[in-house]
Amino acid sequence: MSEKKSIFGEFSKGILAENPVLRLVLGTCPTLATTTSVSSAVGMGAAASVVLVCSNIAISALRKVIPEKVRIPAYIVIIASFVTIVQMLVKAFLPELDESLGVYLPLIVVNCIILGRAEAFAGKNPVLASAADGLGMGVGFTAALFAMGAVREILGAGSFLGMSIPFLAENPMLIFILPPGGFFVFGMLMAVVNRLAEKRGKPRAELRGCEACPMAATCTLEAHEKGKNKSEKQCASEEGTN
Amino acid sequence: MEMTKELLAILLTAILTQNFVLSKFLGICPFLGVSKKLNTAVGMSAAVIFVMALATAATYPINLLLVQNDLAYLQTIVFILVIAALVQLVEIILKKYMPALYGALGIYLPLITTNCAVLGVVILNVDNGYGFAQSMFNSVGAGLGFMLAMVMFAGVRERLESCDVPKFMRGLPITLVAASLVSVSFLGFTGIVETIFG
Repeated sequence: MSEKKSIFGEFSKGILAENPVLRLVLGTCPTLATTTSVSSAVGMGAAASVVLVCSNIAISALRKVIPEKVRIPAYIVIIASFVTIVQMLVKAFLPELDESLGVYLPLIVVNCIILGRAEAFAGKNPVLASAADGLGMGVGFTAALFAMGAVREILGAGSFLGMSIPFLAENPMLIFILPPGGFFVFGMLMAVVNRLAEKRGKPRAELRGCEACPMAATCTLEAHEKGKNKSEKQCASEEGTN
Repeated sequence: MEMTKELLAILLTAILTQNFVLSKFLGICPFLGVSKKLNTAVGMSAAVIFVMALATAATYPINLLLVQNDLAYLQTIVFILVIAALVQLVEIILKKYMPALYGALGIYLPLITTNCAVLGVVILNVDNGYGFAQSMFNSVGAGLGFMLAMVMFAGVRERLESCDVPKFMRGLPITLVAASLVSVSFLGFTGIVETIFG
C-alpha cells in the first residue's frame, strides 16, 4: 500500500509543487514559442509528455546497463529516438499540429525538462516510479502551457480553441500573440505563481542553480567564475542547457 | 549580384526581423541566465556563433548523404549527435592548439551542446531548403542576432539591478517583462529587409 502511495506522490509532485515550467523554470523556449493558441500549446504539451514518459521508462529500464561516463550521450540518443517516433506520428496523423509546431517539434530533443528528469530521476529510480514521474511532469508542463495558451489566445486573437468570443473577437490585442506578448504573459504568470507560493511559505521560483542542471557534472562555468571572483557564486550551466 | 543580395537579405532577416531569441524563442535559457554581466554575455554569444557556423558546415554534407539514402527521418537523431560530438571535439582541439581562444570560449562550450538555438538553426536550414552559402549566412546571422539580443539585454539588466521593483515582480517576472519590452523594440524592424532589398 505504501508503495502505491509513493508512486502517486511521484506523479502528483510534477503538477503543482515541482511544476517544471512554473516552479523549476525549465523548458522556457517551447513555453514561449508554442503558446500562441490553446491547441498548439496542448499539442506541444502532449507531444513532450509522450516523449517524457517513454524516455523515462526506457532510461530507467536501462539504468544498470548504461555506463556512468557516457550516460548523457546515451540519454540523448534515447530521447532523440522517441522524438523521431512522435515526429513521424504527428506528421502522419495530425498534419495541422505539425504545421503549427514546426521546428519546435524536433526541438523536444533539447527540452531540458526531459534530459533533466532523465538525469535527476529516471537514471536512479525503478521503472514504475519513473513512468509516474514522467507522466506527472508531462501533465504539469501541459497545464502550464495550457494556461499560457489560453491567456494569449483569448486576449490576442479573441478566441478559445478556435471558437471566437464575442466583443474580444472584434477587438483583439494582437500584441499578445506576437513574441513580446509571450514574454509578458509568462512574466505575469510567474509573478502570480510566486505570490501564491510565498503565501504558502514556499520559496519563489527563480532561474535555479546547479542542482537542477542536467549538465552539472560537466559544468566548468561555476569553477571558472569562482576562480575569478570568489565572493560571487554564479552558475549559468542550467540556463545554458535548454 | 542577385546572389549577394539574397545572402545579405538572409543575414539581415536572421539578425533583425526573425531574431532567434526575441522572435523565434530559441536559446531563451542562456538569454535569461547568462545575460547578467556584459562580458559573460559577449563570451557566450561568441561561442554560440562559432558553434552554429561549425555545426551548419558539418551537418550540411551529412544531410545530403541522409537525403540521398532515404534516411531523412533520422535527421533529428543524427544532428543532435553530430552537434554534441562536434562540441566535444572543438573543445579538445582548442584546449590543445589554441589555448587563448579556449580561455575565452572554452567554458561556454559544454553548455552549448544542448542549446536549442544550435539544433534549431540546423533544422531550419534544412526545412527552408537552403544551399550551403545560404545556410552559412543564416547560421552566422542567427548567431549575430543572438549576440545582439544578449548584449542589449545585458545592458537592460544592469539598469534593472538598481531599480525599485514592486516586491511581487522581483526577480524572474520583471526580467521577463523587460525582455518583452526589448522584443517590442525588435518589432520595429518588421518589413525593413523587404524595403532595403525590394
